[in-house]
Amino acid sequence: MTTTESRPTGRKPPQLVDMSWDPITRIIGNLGIYTKIDFANREVVECHSTSSLFRGYSVFMKGKDPRDAGFITSRICGICGDNHTTCSDYAQQMAYGVKPPRLAEHIVNLGEAAEYMFDHTIFQDNLVFVDFCEAMVKATNPGVLARAERTDAPRGDIHGYRTIADIMKAFNPFEGEVYKEALKVSRVTREMFCLMEGRHVHPSTLYPGGVGTLPQPTVFTDYLSRLMRVIDFVKKAVAMNDDVFDFFYEALPGYEEVGRRRVLLGCWGAFQDPDVVDYRYENMNAWGKAMYVTPGIVVDGELVTNNLVDINLGLRIMLGSSYYEDWVNEKPFVTHDPLGNPVDMRHPWNQTTVPVPQKRDFDDKYSWVMSPRWYDRRSGDHLALDTGGGPLARLWSTALSGLVDTPYVKATGNSVRISLPKGESLPETTLEWRIPKWSNTIERDRARPYFVAYAAAMALQFLEEAMGLVRAGDTKVFENFEVPDEAIGCGFHEAVRGVLSHHLVIKDKKIANYHPYPPTPWNASPRDKFGTPGPYEDAVQGQPIFEENGPDDFKGVDIMRTVRSFDPCLPCGVHMYVGKGKTLTTLHSPTYGANHG
Amino acid sequence: MTTHSSTTEVSGEPDRAEDRQGFDEIHILWISEGMSCDGDTVSLTAADQPSIEDLVLGLIPGLPKVNLVNKVLSPSLGGEDFLAPYRAAARGELAPFILVIEGSIPNQNIIEGDGYWTSFGNDPETGEPQTLNWWIDQLAPKAWAVVAAGTCATFGGIHAMAGNPTGCMGLADYLGWDFRSQGALPVVNVPGCPIQPENFMETLIWVLYHAAGSAPPPPLDHMLRPQWLFGKTVHEGCDRGSYYEQGNFAKDYNSPKCLVKTGCWGPVVNCNVPKRGWMAGIGGCPNVGGICIGCTMPGFPDAFMPFMDEPPGGTLSSMIVKPYGAVIRRLRGFTNELVNHEPKWRHNKRKLTSGYDPYWRP
Repeated sequence: MTTTESRPTGRKPPQLVDMSWDPITRIIGNLGIYTKIDFANREVVECHSTSSLFRGYSVFMKGKDPRDAGFITSRICGICGDNHTTCSDYAQQMAYGVKPPRLAEHIVNLGEAAEYMFDHTIFQDNLVFVDFCEAMVKATNPGVLARAERTDAPRGDIHGYRTIADIMKAFNPFEGEVYKEALKVSRVTREMFCLMEGRHVHPSTLYPGGVGTLPQPTVFTDYLSRLMRVIDFVKKAVAMNDDVFDFFYEALPGYEEVGRRRVLLGCWGAFQDPDVVDYRYENMNAWGKAMYVTPGIVVDGELVTNNLVDINLGLRIMLGSSYYEDWVNEKPFVTHDPLGNPVDMRHPWNQTTVPVPQKRDFDDKYSWVMSPRWYDRRSGDHLALDTGGGPLARLWSTALSGLVDTPYVKATGNSVRISLPKGESLPETTLEWRIPKWSNTIERDRARPYFVAYAAAMALQFLEEAMGLVRAGDTKVFENFEVPDEAIGCGFHEAVRGVLSHHLVIKDKKIANYHPYPPTPWNASPRDKFGTPGPYEDAVQGQPIFEENGPDDFKGVDIMRTVRSFDPCLPCGVHMYVGKGKTLTTLHSPTYGANHG
Repeated sequence: MTTHSSTTEVSGEPDRAEDRQGFDEIHILWISEGMSCDGDTVSLTAADQPSIEDLVLGLIPGLPKVNLVNKVLSPSLGGEDFLAPYRAAARGELAPFILVIEGSIPNQNIIEGDGYWTSFGNDPETGEPQTLNWWIDQLAPKAWAVVAAGTCATFGGIHAMAGNPTGCMGLADYLGWDFRSQGALPVVNVPGCPIQPENFMETLIWVLYHAAGSAPPPPLDHMLRPQWLFGKTVHEGCDRGSYYEQGNFAKDYNSPKCLVKTGCWGPVVNCNVPKRGWMAGIGGCPNVGGICIGCTMPGFPDAFMPFMDEPPGGTLSSMIVKPYGAVIRRLRGFTNELVNHEPKWRHNKRKLTSGYDPYWRP
């Protein structure tokens, strides 16, 4: 029933303990994790994921003016709302038949690049890395910490820390110097964001048809000077992360199995090329491939497709474990796409969201999240794609496709090369992210700082091109449009933690249907009607436990690392149910001192 | 259309027999499990004056020691470990604490049978999800102060728009506008979608000074907003306001001029963002080309939709200001031309013509 094959082990009689974490901390949104752990064989036996929040955007957007959609959908997410606004504007531009001026595209790209830099930094350094900091490792794997104290950091000449333990100490919450510096860097990068998009996290200057940002030289100067202030921090972050993650593989042989899934990655592409994109559905494959982060679906290490049209047509929203009524008997909104291809009833364009609040039952319905899947025509499978937390899928798809070739970023077919200029203390640096052997917890986390570097490098190119236009007097940033009586549109973009698509149907100049699909429904989905678990469930299920604590003072750090590696960003959760023929011996919720501090 | 920016004092000093002793230590229990996007918590991390780490590390003189409990920032493992202080507060074993609520409050009463709109942890007895409403009912009466962070929590916000399925509302709608906390304060509302980082931080710090016994309660207006932050309109702090006065309006978003005719509600919205910027004086809304959609207001979003159309009142007011503005603009144009000339004695000829006279006497 799982997507990822289980691992053969010399089995002992199981010693099963039911363990739950609800809510999960250091993520955006509410997430509860409910697992069953076999302490005799030191692995997680089962895992479910559940969301405990319903707000109903698709419900209350019906009948509203479609131009409001970007403003409204931003409010879906409090850390990457701008990704929604951008994606919504892409979908609206398709529906209205409007192409923003080139400078507007650069400004949006610069805003989004700053968002990636900010969001990945605060998430990796202030939320994820607490699981790898000295205090946490001391509480969960004292043996590993002792070894870290004896291990020299190979890249110390770049980041300045002598041992691996020194790096871990620098990430101790609220006290470590990198932890504190990351908070400051996350503010500088948000200032960059505000220069382009007005406010964070719900932007004020983005419109369908372009932006309202005043394209004066000053905003670009202000952006560039801030970018150069953080460029060395970015280089150091990559070096520190590589050191710690390489050390983990060494210190805990077999750690690659933690959070490992079959390679099922989706990326919907980011950073439009203003010279290619026209937002026409008919040309979507061409302008999709011209994006500076290449869209693609990667299955078992092979590229299945780069075509956004195929990606769009393969979307299937499944139910099975979610608190909703099915809509298959409703009238479809869109029977064929603009190219004449049939559109499935389970496609977001045809979805009707009817909430049915009910009791949580892990054997039946247990989540407010639906189960997005991608229909693979080759095999007839409904694939539970994940985003690898965002960066892993973006880098993998881009590297494998080999289409991106810019002055600062080059995709080689098996890696991505990123060049960053000289900074205050470090020279010009070329980083290379290579396609890893596994899609697992460590590689999801390792990809994140590399993608910060990627965004910084692309920002340099967007800045140069934008400044070129401004200096040439080409300062138009908004193109007017009429809202048509009837239209459909879709937008494809990368939210910070992965795939994002918006699907819009207009009738009588009003929203007839609007369904956004952010990354977290993909990652945090519950079991679908076929019983296929969602990616969190699948990644946690069957993973080995390396924590040295037994059931009584178990912290679950390996499980938390796996869940956080996906960068959860919505109320979502993981739930345990008791499988056939298994008995629970104890019920226990882990505590960590459970103090009031 | 009138602008209501007058303020009403509603938070007098609490009745007391003798001077209250301040607290040396206080908890902040933050719950973002309302119908929220966690954007207010994220905004809080953007504040720099002061920053969240300054607050937590005790770097602000005169404040009690602050124990902040917030899901996004918590170094805890989550689950019961994280919930321990909330549980203790619900049992009445943890005091004093400030309760911060983020997100709209759903109406659980419209659900028939079992089910929930939003939950925060589980009921330890039954293992069922514990609704946000249960937590508010338990914690608000015991809290020394209750703060609503962001427009969802203050007035209902986006999730409470027409056609919403959850029947959600703001915290004061839920608790009652006459609610008073243990510290005799009404709900302290800091609207904004999301909160402007420093607006929230400043208000929280004021409440904390009050908790320390060194400041009166923060002055709030009739909608329980801090007067000094929400007492003026967007327009009154906007650098594009002078274009309005000169009757000079943008026709689309390519223009640096006043955005009233392209959907900006700034003249009637209580908010200081154009004046303050978003971060470090950078960014904002109409001042940097983003129409004001009224995100701090009780009427948000419905009263301001469709956002990109001219507000109904804008037509009349801009019509009235146009002839006056056109004349003024022209006259200023003449004067501007005049003062763009240097006086005639600045030259390189052989004779000084500046009027210099070393023996000049009045």
